[in-house]
Amino acid sequence: MTAVAAPALPKRRSLYPGWFYAPAAAVYSVLFLAPTLASLYFSLTRWTLFDATFIGFDNFAQFFREPFLVQGLVNTVIYAVVTSGLKVVVGMLLALMLTSEIIARGYLRSVIFFPVLVSTVGVGITFTVLMHPTQGMINQTLAFLGMAGPGWLVDPRLALFSVALVDVWKGVGLATVIYIAGLVAIPRDYYEAARIDGATKLQNFFYVTLPLSRPATATVITLSFIGGLRTFDLIWAMTKGGPGFASDTIASVIYKQYQAGFYGLSTAGNVVLFILIAVLVVPLTMFLNRKQGHE
Amino acid sequence: MKRSRASIIGGSAAIAATFVVFVIPFLFIILMAFKDRQQSALRDFSWPTGFHLWDNVFEVVRTRNWMMITAFVNSSIITVASVTLLIVFAAMVGFVLARRKTRFNGLIEFLILAGLMIPPAVVPTIWLLQGLKLFGTLHGMILIQVAYNLPFSIILYRAFIATIPRELDEAAVIDGARPFDVFFRVVLPLLWPVTVTNIVVQSVGIFNDFTNPLYYLPGNQNATVQLTLYNFQSQFSTAYNLLFTNILLITIPPLIVFMFFNRQIVAGMTAGAVKG
Repeated sequence: MTAVAAPALPKRRSLYPGWFYAPAAAVYSVLFLAPTLASLYFSLTRWTLFDATFIGFDNFAQFFREPFLVQGLVNTVIYAVVTSGLKVVVGMLLALMLTSEIIARGYLRSVIFFPVLVSTVGVGITFTVLMHPTQGMINQTLAFLGMAGPGWLVDPRLALFSVALVDVWKGVGLATVIYIAGLVAIPRDYYEAARIDGATKLQNFFYVTLPLSRPATATVITLSFIGGLRTFDLIWAMTKGGPGFASDTIASVIYKQYQAGFYGLSTAGNVVLFILIAVLVVPLTMFLNRKQGHE
Repeated sequence: MKRSRASIIGGSAAIAATFVVFVIPFLFIILMAFKDRQQSALRDFSWPTGFHLWDNVFEVVRTRNWMMITAFVNSSIITVASVTLLIVFAAMVGFVLARRKTRFNGLIEFLILAGLMIPPAVVPTIWLLQGLKLFGTLHGMILIQVAYNLPFSIILYRAFIATIPRELDEAAVIDGARPFDVFFRVVLPLLWPVTVTNIVVQSVGIFNDFTNPLYYLPGNQNATVQLTLYNFQSQFSTAYNLLFTNILLITIPPLIVFMFFNRQIVAGMTAGAVKG
C-alpha cells in the first residue's frame, strides 16, 4: 500500500480540503456564534435595537431582585430536574418491559415513541383541554371514580408540575428507545454469571443492568436536562407562564421581556440561561462519564 | 417462541395501560375533529353524533384567508431547503473532520458541543438578521435552521464516516478523481443510510419547530404550520372541533414519516444521542 500511496502524497493534503468546512462554518458563525458573543455585550445594556446604552450589570441585578424573575430561575431548575428524573425512571422501566418476553412489543414501542414526533404545541393544547379543572376529561374520569381531581393548570402550586408531566408523556419515548439500545448491548454472559451465583431478579437489576446501562442513563439525563432547562414551547402552549408567574421559566421570561421591548433584559435572560446550563450540565456530564470510567 | 402465562398477563396489562395513557389522547383528538361545534364544546370522550370531519377541515383551511395553505407551503419550503443544505454542509464537515487530524479538530469538536448546548441568543440574532435584511424572510429562517441543527447532523455523519475505509478515498484518487469528486461521487453515495436518518430526524424537528419561527418569522404571510395552531388557539377558543381538526391536520405529516421510517428515526435518535 505504501508504494502506491507514495506518488499520491503531494495530493494528499487536498484530498480532505479545508474549504469543506467553509459553508457550515460561515452559516454557523454568522447566525449562531456571532449573536451568542454579541449577547454578552448587549446583556449589559439598555437596548432598543437601534441604540444601546451601557448600564453594567443592572439587567442581571434585576434578574436576581425581581421576585417573578427569580421564580422563573427556580422553576427552570425544578422543571429540568423533575422531567429528567421521571424520564430516567419511567424510560428505564418501559425499556425493561420492552426488552423482556412480552407480547405486542412492536405495538407498545410504537405507541410509546410516537408522541416524540408530534407537534409540541398540539400536545400542549390537547392536554390543556384534557386537564381543565371541571370540564377536562381527566378530572371528569376521576370524578366518575369518586375522586376530586386537582386544578392541574390553574393551581399555582401544581401548574409547573402538570406541564412537566406532559413533557414526560411526550418525551419518555425517546428515553425508552435510548435505554433499549443500551440494554440490548449488555452481554448475556453477565446475566448468566449472575444466575449461577444465584442472584435474584432485583439483584440482577441493581448489580448488572443498572451499572452496565450507565452510558444510556448519562445520555438520557444530559439530553432531557438540557431540554428541560431550555423548554419554552410546551409551557407557552399550556400556561404562558401562569397562573401569575407560577410556571414561568427563563425561556418564557426571555420571550415575555422580548415582547415587552426590554431587549437588554431579555438578552440578559439568555446569558443567565447559558450560564445556568454551563454551570449545571458540564459538571453533570463530567460526573456521569467519570463514574463510567471507574466501572 | 414460548410465552409464559405471566408474560401474557403482563403484556395485556401493559397494553391496557399504554392504551389509556398514550392512545386515548390521540383518539380524543380524532373524535373531536369529527364533531360539530356544539358537541365538541362538551369536551368529553363521546362518539360524534354526525360526521363533520370534512366540514371542519374545510373550515380550518379556509380560516384567515386560507392561512393553512400558506403555512403548509412555507413549512414545506423551509423543511426541504434547510434539510438539503444541512445534509450537504454537515456531510462535508463530517468527512473532513473524521479523516483529517489537525490541531483545529479540538476546537471544532468544542464548537459542535457548544452548538448542542447553548441556547440561541434570541434578540441579538433578530438584530443581526435585520442588519442582513433576512429578518422575517423564508431565506433567513432556512439559514437559522441550518445553523441550529448543524451540530447534530455533523455528529451523525462523523460517526458513520469513521466506519468507511480510507482506502476507498485513495483508490478513487488513483483512478484520477479530484477531491471534489472523491467526496460527492464516491463518499456521499456511501453515506446514504445515515443521510436517510438525517433527513427524517431533521425534517420532523424542523417541521415541528415552533419557537424559532415565532421569533424570526413574524407576519401572516410567513405563517408556518405550528404557528397557525398557535394563532388559531384564541380564534377557535369556542370552536374545539376546529382546534382539534387543526391539530389532527398537522399531526398527519409526522405520522406518515413515522409509518415509513420508524426504524431510521429510532436508529438516528439513539445513535446521535449515545455518541453525542
